[in-house]
Amino acid sequence: MNTLLNKKKEPIDKLAASSAKGHSLGGEALRRMLRSPVAIIGAVITGLFLLVAIFAPLLAPKDPYERYLQSEVILGQGIIPGAQAGFPLGVDDFGRDYLSRLLVGAQNTLLVGVLATVIGVVVGMLIGGLAGAFGGWVDTVLMRLVDVMLSVPSLLLAISVAALFQKPSQWTVIVAVSMVGVPIFARLLRGSMLVQRSSDHVLAATSLGVKRGTIVLRHMLPNSLGPVIVQATLTLATAILEAAALSFLGLGDPDPNRAEWGIMLSRSARQFLDIRPELAYYPAIAIIIVALGFTLLGESLREALDPKNRR
Amino acid sequence: MALLEVRDLKVVFQRRGEKPFTAVDEVSFDVEPGQTVGLVGESGCGKSVTSLAIMRLLAKRGNKVSGSVSFEGADLLRLPDKEMRDRRGRDLGMVFQDPLSSLNPVIPIGLQITEVLERHRGMSRKVASKEAIELLDKVGIPDPSRRLSEYPHQLSGGMRQRALIAIALACRPRLLIADEPTTALDVTIQAQILALLRELVQDTGTALIMITHDLGVVAGLCDEVNVLYGGKIVERAERHALFAEPRHPYTHGLLASIPRLDAGRGEKLVPIKGSVADNIPWDGGCAFAPRCPNALGVCREVSPRLTPDRGGLLRCHNPVVPAVAARGGAR
Repeated sequence: MNTLLNKKKEPIDKLAASSAKGHSLGGEALRRMLRSPVAIIGAVITGLFLLVAIFAPLLAPKDPYERYLQSEVILGQGIIPGAQAGFPLGVDDFGRDYLSRLLVGAQNTLLVGVLATVIGVVVGMLIGGLAGAFGGWVDTVLMRLVDVMLSVPSLLLAISVAALFQKPSQWTVIVAVSMVGVPIFARLLRGSMLVQRSSDHVLAATSLGVKRGTIVLRHMLPNSLGPVIVQATLTLATAILEAAALSFLGLGDPDPNRAEWGIMLSRSARQFLDIRPELAYYPAIAIIIVALGFTLLGESLREALDPKNRR
Repeated sequence: MALLEVRDLKVVFQRRGEKPFTAVDEVSFDVEPGQTVGLVGESGCGKSVTSLAIMRLLAKRGNKVSGSVSFEGADLLRLPDKEMRDRRGRDLGMVFQDPLSSLNPVIPIGLQITEVLERHRGMSRKVASKEAIELLDKVGIPDPSRRLSEYPHQLSGGMRQRALIAIALACRPRLLIADEPTTALDVTIQAQILALLRELVQDTGTALIMITHDLGVVAGLCDEVNVLYGGKIVERAERHALFAEPRHPYTHGLLASIPRLDAGRGEKLVPIKGSVADNIPWDGGCAFAPRCPNALGVCREVSPRLTPDRGGLLRCHNPVVPAVAARGGAR
């Protein structure tokens, strides 16, 4: 009888121990995300994109810069060879393998998206964090600056920043796109810092004599990061779109050799949409799918981190 | 000289475009080491504002605090900010009402204790961790070394409050302010937490200010009770005297509205009429007058003063006579 009881007790104890272990807030959000189909779709798309981007040089069946079929392209007469054996998606106006260029383009697209987002997050958080931590006139000055940036439509802001540079390059695109994110992240972080500032646990920490710097860095900031992380995933999607838009408008990297989805789209759409429209469709579809993936992931992340959904 | 002497504490909320609102006025009381003083009253009577004013935790903007709060001879209201920060947590501790929201959700319990130890007692992280385990053990948290790495949401409500008390007591403050520490807990846990507080006060000689609306808590814990109404002390008495013979009609009403085991079958509870919204300003009479069964004409004309009454203090023109009060005796 006694042994039976003991046997029964053991798994329950184990269960209790495992359920009590390592349930940080992030862990719980992750578990909740794994149960949501939207999150899984978003994660799969994003994951595939990341894999393709990282291993693009290995995956590309051909050299993306080699002009294989250049002799068969007669742009003046409107002839670009279509899909054929060895070139499943056809070739571009230089006779380069389009599939290989799309795969390698994923890498550059990711680079632009990630760098633009990271710069936007860092600068935005610096502004928002200072405003939220100090309040008073620091807050007022910084936030009016942010208001000015927000009052300009995002694409127009990116265009004006890009136009400031003498020579357009990959970096001007990154900087221009990141400036679009700055006011959004600044606003967001300042808002949640202000909420934290009047929260009970910050009051409790103050009542314990914890120093102001520690309160800001250890008590306010980590609790304010949730919305910023979510916004970052969403911004990654718009950053890719905006980088593509800048390239499309001719403010991107002028180097025709570079394989990047925005550049590929803009070149195809402007120069030979009537001859081979699919050459514009492929990068466009790729951009849409990746943007969708990041958006789904970001949205489900937001839902998972929302304290109202916490059980 | 008492450990803490609060004199004529007054807190005025000044919001732009609104009439200034006096939340706390003429509040004076002493707390001796090892003594437990209760501040009792309903929501909005100024209990919490009083405690926040003592700790200087009210925002400077929009709040005007006057009077003096002398702690071991130093006026807390006039100390430089830095010195006040050094004293908070070291000399003065505070336990809040809602243990979950008072703990930082994203860092483990252990770090929240060691943080204070490192700050005020200059301990290294390692020594502080050991001390933290002892503290958690002292407040009755089982398996304390495991709890150190756990997050607030993994603890039960009672354990969270114990952890919060452990944090507040980490540096052995000489004064602990407990702001409704049991309100968010269920009854059995409430009793445990109160027993814990009593034990700690007795063992360490810590002075305790107990802020509560629960007269049961007062009966079990406080030596001296201040009843607040509309921001002013309306009655002060030693615990037994207060429960045996409440003098102020408000105190009497509070006691009469508590269900009692020895009440006769079918005997109805007597509620206090009206609500705080019926208050009139103190300067034109007694704030409680509109709700008071004993109110006289003078109560709406002359603001009553706090006068000595049977060893305590009373602010009333027409106090309850003991014979009537006997029905509302100790619980």
